[in-house]
Amino acid sequence: MSEIIMQIDGIEVAAEEGMTVLDAAQKAGISIPTLCYLETLEPYGACRLCTVEVEVRGRTNLVAACLYPVEKDLIVRTRTEKVDKIRKMILELLLAHAPVARGLKMQEYAEEYGADKNRFEKEPSFCIQCGLCVRYCAEIKKKNAICFVNKGPSREIQFIPEIAAKECWSCTECFPLCPTEYLQGVFVLTKALAFPSAPMGPTVEE
Amino acid sequence: MNNDKIEQILNEHQGQPGALIKVMMEIQEENHWLPREVLVKVSEKLEVPLSRVLRIATIYKTFSLTPKGRYQVNICTGTACQVRGAQQVLEEVQKITGIKPGETDPDMKFSLETVNCQGCCSLGPLVEIDGKTHGKTAPAEIAEALKKYE
Amino acid sequence: MPRINSAAELEELRKGILAQKDPDKPCISVCAGIACLGSGNAEVLSAFEEEIKKQSLDAKVDLIATGCHGFCEKGPIVVIYPEEICYLEVTPEDVPEIISQTILGKQVIDRLIYTDSDTGTKAAHQSEIPFYKNQSRLLIGNSPKINPKSIEDYLAVGGYSALSKALFEMSPEGVLDEIKKANLRGRGGGGFPAGSKWETTRNAQPGVDKYVIVNAHEGEPGAFMDRALFTGNPHLILEGLIIGAYAIGSHQGFIYTRHDTPVLRKNLDLALAQAKEYGFLGDNILGSGFSFNVDVHLDVGIFVSGESSALMKSIEGMPPEPRPKYIRTSVTGIWDRPSNLNNVETWANVPQIISNGYEWYSSIGTERSKGTKLISLSGNIVNSGVVEVPMGTSLREIVFDFGGGIPNGKKLKAIHFGGPMGGTIPESLIDTPLDFDELSKLGASLGAGDMLVLDEDTCMVEMARLFLDFLAGESCGKCVPCREGMRQMLKILTNMTQGEGKEGDIKLLEEISGVVGEAALCSLGRSIQKPLISMLKYFRDEFEAHINEKRCPANACKELN
Ligand SMILES: Cc1cc2nc3c(=O)[nH]c(=O)nc-3n(C[C@H](O)[C@H](O)[C@H](O)COP(=O)(O)O)c2cc1C
Ligand code: SF4
Ligand code: FES
Repeated sequence: MSEIIMQIDGIEVAAEEGMTVLDAAQKAGISIPTLCYLETLEPYGACRLCTVEVEVRGRTNLVAACLYPVEKDLIVRTRTEKVDKIRKMILELLLAHAPVARGLKMQEYAEEYGADKNRFEKEPSFCIQCGLCVRYCAEIKKKNAICFVNKGPSREIQFIPEIAAKECWSCTECFPLCPTEYLQGVFVLTKALAFPSAPMGPTVEE
Repeated sequence: MNNDKIEQILNEHQGQPGALIKVMMEIQEENHWLPREVLVKVSEKLEVPLSRVLRIATIYKTFSLTPKGRYQVNICTGTACQVRGAQQVLEEVQKITGIKPGETDPDMKFSLETVNCQGCCSLGPLVEIDGKTHGKTAPAEIAEALKKYE
Repeated sequence: MPRINSAAELEELRKGILAQKDPDKPCISVCAGIACLGSGNAEVLSAFEEEIKKQSLDAKVDLIATGCHGFCEKGPIVVIYPEEICYLEVTPEDVPEIISQTILGKQVIDRLIYTDSDTGTKAAHQSEIPFYKNQSRLLIGNSPKINPKSIEDYLAVGGYSALSKALFEMSPEGVLDEIKKANLRGRGGGGFPAGSKWETTRNAQPGVDKYVIVNAHEGEPGAFMDRALFTGNPHLILEGLIIGAYAIGSHQGFIYTRHDTPVLRKNLDLALAQAKEYGFLGDNILGSGFSFNVDVHLDVGIFVSGESSALMKSIEGMPPEPRPKYIRTSVTGIWDRPSNLNNVETWANVPQIISNGYEWYSSIGTERSKGTKLISLSGNIVNSGVVEVPMGTSLREIVFDFGGGIPNGKKLKAIHFGGPMGGTIPESLIDTPLDFDELSKLGASLGAGDMLVLDEDTCMVEMARLFLDFLAGESCGKCVPCREGMRQMLKILTNMTQGEGKEGDIKLLEEISGVVGEAALCSLGRSIQKPLISMLKYFRDEFEAHINEKRCPANACKELN
């Protein structure tokens, strides 16, 4: 495999073709915050917390590090003022849903980027829709017992009772993946099994 | 529910995951809503995970997961119709039918839905009742029109 | 009809069709565009059928149901050829009179022709009506003259001669070169040069199958020109697509369109079947050795489905969620194969460029925006409808000359382009030319060409809110900036319109906008703030009045008055 020489935060990094900027940074020991990334899953690009600035032939762009492919002479900056501003806002937007993320990744990041957890009105759903559980169940367990329903701001996750009743209690491997609250999975699962026929049509916001 | 027809649609596309949206659309057209057990069948026949079927069923407004009333009332809330007063028409219809967009009344008479631009903005505010187009509508006029449906 | 097997056979057939046409035979063209149908033209059409039968005129008059004529506001529209007499707001009761007076008696019926509401001047012929006068109807001009269900009608106006020229007189490289030199830019919203996109797909992944796709999703509220053109003249788009496929080296095309326009669906299916029968589609097209097929993908669609990667996902039968396009769909698209996507109107431009050459084409329009543009006019405007004008036409001309100005004696306040991803410009900038780059500079990208005219009673805060409200039901919700940013922006704006705006709201809106615009995954998310930002730029005082004085300057927000 051909070696690709690039630059991350002023440091020269040797990467391989097919790697993402996040892979290359991790290899070089440079940390980039992530919420929806998990090494064993396909990159997803939904949380955008891994946003970094890249420069290609003099043109700069903001991209998701977990997806952006490395290329020769790429210049990456992981902590510009703009990047930090974006990360702070993303965290603040998410903290409105998951206010009690004590001791977890979210909380650490919030401190690092100075995110104000009370910036936006609380709407505790505990779910930040990183999709780790959904994708783990689909990609690794191949059971597809949990899925996304609805769209836009009313999008949410739901266990599918028909499958969950058979598969989930003996597995629960997705619970610890949740970046906000372990018990969230238990709650959503229980709800799905207790009210299997609850309509799931497009619920109107508020 | 016409089970034979649904069965026929499913059989035509057995084992074709790519036909998912098409199949769901045909069943919706035939049956006017997608009962849960039908969605499970779609998943089995087309060999797609139920999760994808549910995801698609809940993204599109066209798909209904609850039974529909006898008359479908669609009110265009595209920007052009809004600019011409669609909101007042919508409010009037809500008052008369007692239901909000996305709902069906208890007598299963009307189902109300707001729809996006129908491509005939010159007729705005546009209302469709049971497939019949009413253009340049005023609240009073729609109230009158709704009375005709039993 | 047997298959056509060579360029000569095509011309032979065309001659035959033209020879059979009597130029003096009256032809009644009834507009069956969506708006005219909605206002009762189906009844008008049946009335004509009946009357013609009753008077046994079958052999003496032609009757066709056509695509949109453009002047939707005054529908149902009926045009009588060869005189080109244009009747507006026709009812079934008028029909016997039209037959006896105009068809048989060659008399114009005064009551049905255009009358200027200010001056009282009348115009009997289509070309004299201010709405049509001075348009350059290169794309849509044939619609009133052809029956979309008849391939012969399309052949009669020169149809498929560009395809024949491309296949027999030009190499694929030559076709590509012509499109590049013409500087045809995409009509779907981005204004991206079509030629270079074609070239990318042509050169991508050698040896792998490639696809060409028509984007006929048209999800922008207030945009209806694609449907009008495609329904009224499906072969035009098809011809463009086949030429593009030849240049790109693709043998499979897709047409992605919505399910909720049944006439389009019908006309399209018929057009494809006829094109196949005549040998314009399928194996060995016109005997040239080039083969190409097309499938129609009907979709229920939400707004984001029109985005290229989401659209390709739904063709694969997957949920329409965009993917990041660090590798473009022109390189890796449907089933990871190179896929070239263009808008309906972009494809429709191709045949005339091939027929008349790039020099002719680039003589129309401005320095960097060539050709004509279809515009759908809606909102507070006297004449809603579809107009086609050269790029560079001033907005003033579009609003006041073609559009007839603002109804009910109101004043023009602003013009909004490009729907929920576009922007608004104030009345003071009305002399701006229609041009991709000029409009972008003002913060109002042209989008698909939908122009929403707003009068003085429009509240800009409410407009900004409406667009976000629309997107809440039409975006996928996958990525955080778009989903959560939209949620918060919508909340703030809703509060403002209800008299609960707070100091600092505008700054917060701007801050969220900055993040969403740069960090969202797809172009939808990266554009959701655009209408708001443009409105803040030109109408900031209105936002401030809502917050500081709890007052709606347009008197539109009920809670504030
Ligand atoms: C959210 C979103 C919706 C879109 N909807 C449409 C559409 O309805 N029709 C269209 O032609 N292009 C649409 N586009 C643009 C397409 O992604 C694509 O750029 C276009 O079809 C390419 O064709 P063109 O280069 O000929 O314009 C949309 C883009 C986005 C981001
Ligand atoms: S920007 Fe919006 S529409 Fe696009 S991927 Fe993100 S959530 Fe979906
Ligand atoms: S980790 Fe890259 S977008 Fe979430």
